[in-house]
Amino acid sequence: MSADLTASTAADLSTALQAGDLSSVEVTRAYLDRIAATDGTIGAYLHVDAEAALQSAEAVDAARAKGEELGPLAGVPMALKDVVVTEGVPTTSGSKILEGWRPPYDATLAARLKAAGTVLLGKTNMDEFAMGSSTENSAYKVTRNPWDTDRIPGGSSGGSSAAVAGGLAPWAIGTDTGGSIRQPAAVTGLVGHKPTYGSVSRYGLIAFSSSLDQAGPMTRTVLDAALLHEAIAGHDPLDSTSIDSPVPVLAESARRGAEGDLAGLRVGVVTELGGDGHTDGYEPGVLARVAEAIALLEGMGAEVRQISCPAFDLALPAYYLIAPSEASSNLARFDGVRYGLRAGDDGSRDLDEVMALTREQGFGPEVKRRIILGTYALSSGYYDAYYGQAQKVRTLITRDFTSAWDDVDVLVSPTSPTVAWSIGSRVDDPIAMYAADLCTLPASLAGVPAISVPCGLSEGLPVGFQIMAPALADDRCYRVAAALEAAQDAARGHALLAGMATKENAPS
Amino acid sequence: MSTPSPKGRLTRDEVAHLAHLSRLAVSDEELELFAGQLAAVLDAVAQVGKADVADVAPTTHAVPMTNVMRPDVARPSLPRDVVLAGAPAAEDDRFRVPRILGEEA
Repeated sequence: MSADLTASTAADLSTALQAGDLSSVEVTRAYLDRIAATDGTIGAYLHVDAEAALQSAEAVDAARAKGEELGPLAGVPMALKDVVVTEGVPTTSGSKILEGWRPPYDATLAARLKAAGTVLLGKTNMDEFAMGSSTENSAYKVTRNPWDTDRIPGGSSGGSSAAVAGGLAPWAIGTDTGGSIRQPAAVTGLVGHKPTYGSVSRYGLIAFSSSLDQAGPMTRTVLDAALLHEAIAGHDPLDSTSIDSPVPVLAESARRGAEGDLAGLRVGVVTELGGDGHTDGYEPGVLARVAEAIALLEGMGAEVRQISCPAFDLALPAYYLIAPSEASSNLARFDGVRYGLRAGDDGSRDLDEVMALTREQGFGPEVKRRIILGTYALSSGYYDAYYGQAQKVRTLITRDFTSAWDDVDVLVSPTSPTVAWSIGSRVDDPIAMYAADLCTLPASLAGVPAISVPCGLSEGLPVGFQIMAPALADDRCYRVAAALEAAQDAARGHALLAGMATKENAPS
Repeated sequence: MSTPSPKGRLTRDEVAHLAHLSRLAVSDEELELFAGQLAAVLDAVAQVGKADVADVAPTTHAVPMTNVMRPDVARPSLPRDVVLAGAPAAEDDRFRVPRILGEEA
């Protein structure tokens, strides 16, 4: 284990805790100290309750001292994206409309992590209602990329990515609607996995686009991601879209993958995502790192071929119709009646006026834009041309995946076309912001699992490599990602994150 | 099927109408800004119209599922005081709402 607790993998922390070489209070305090020292600059957290964290840690240590049977994650600290509702702990989804709200219940995944004995360090910053790719749409603050604090940490799970990359949490939960786990993981040098839709409960996740939203792990290693994923996955009767079938074995797949044997694995490189004739908007450094990663997979025995998925070209327009449409409906719940903000209720106004003033004051510009766009796309006269057409394109994208699975076991691509960009450079241009999701959207629309694993640096900043697999074959993502991670770490002599040297944040 | 005009323009008045439907009391400045930005976004998303989707069924959901049933067993609800504690206004153990009819206050 690394001498610096805040640079350790969660798997190593778990081993040390179980062996009694480390107490939960010790590791929790190490993280809280680092948060106190550096989160003023990074801005990863919206809420940290040091006292509550230490109390949970003490409880785990006391139980362990008494010889109680504890799970492997007991005592390991973690952070939750603020879209996950937590009983009694402030939850805002990055929005002013929920400022100060303390939910009366736990999301299923929060309850599972609590039952596993993990220690909640805090709630991480995010784009408001998870709408964005840079975390700049948070109503509260800017979050900075630990690799370069003038740059964005990705989004919408940018607080989680910055926390884990910056040593402010060993691992964190993110959510992914169109790429919000994978893209922030890519631009901060982390592993991020979007599970098969329906395999992690959505109960207690503040809904953005219900047919797309999934929660998943954001971690420093592939094995950590598999362990965290296993802890939150599985059927939940409280989520009507929850899949009632066993979760594939993930951590074991990651361990086997790390042995580096990919003989017989059929890998498809998606032409439409940065391949020949589709390189517009992709940085050459990103494409070069991805090509090197593909060569590494080949070197480990994988058979690589090009696969064309023509409908992927329309994933971006389809997504930016479907997600805003569902959001316009989901966000109707913020009516100033049952929870959250109420504005203008001075006795002279009726419910409609109070509702309109509440939503005007409580929502930020991107949320308003998407609600208006979604309302338009769903309105009579436009429904067939926009929302209905987008749903048909969604079918075409799924068909492209289905036919690809006849020929290959996994599909690969860059995770995002560029490395982290400068804070502020895309805020006034929604289209430029949306382009960050180009490569992550097809898997979201088809509901298939996809992982982002680091594949080196371009201009000193991390590049992500995306591996997509058929529904419920999340284990393939972990196997291939672990193989790539192990091969790169061996060649480099250390993990990618260990090479971080920033202006604010000297390497530890 | 109707096809959107390739230059799917959203006028300021249309944005105002949509904002009203969405219960958003947007300001004049926002109307101006959103009309321009949304016109650009609409141009981009209108590309879905290029797809040949004759005989293609829409996908509403990534996982094909029908209604999920569970036994109709009563379970405890959240306590009333806990729920009302999160409300912006409560009175007599209920949510207090502004008037909903148009009479003079």
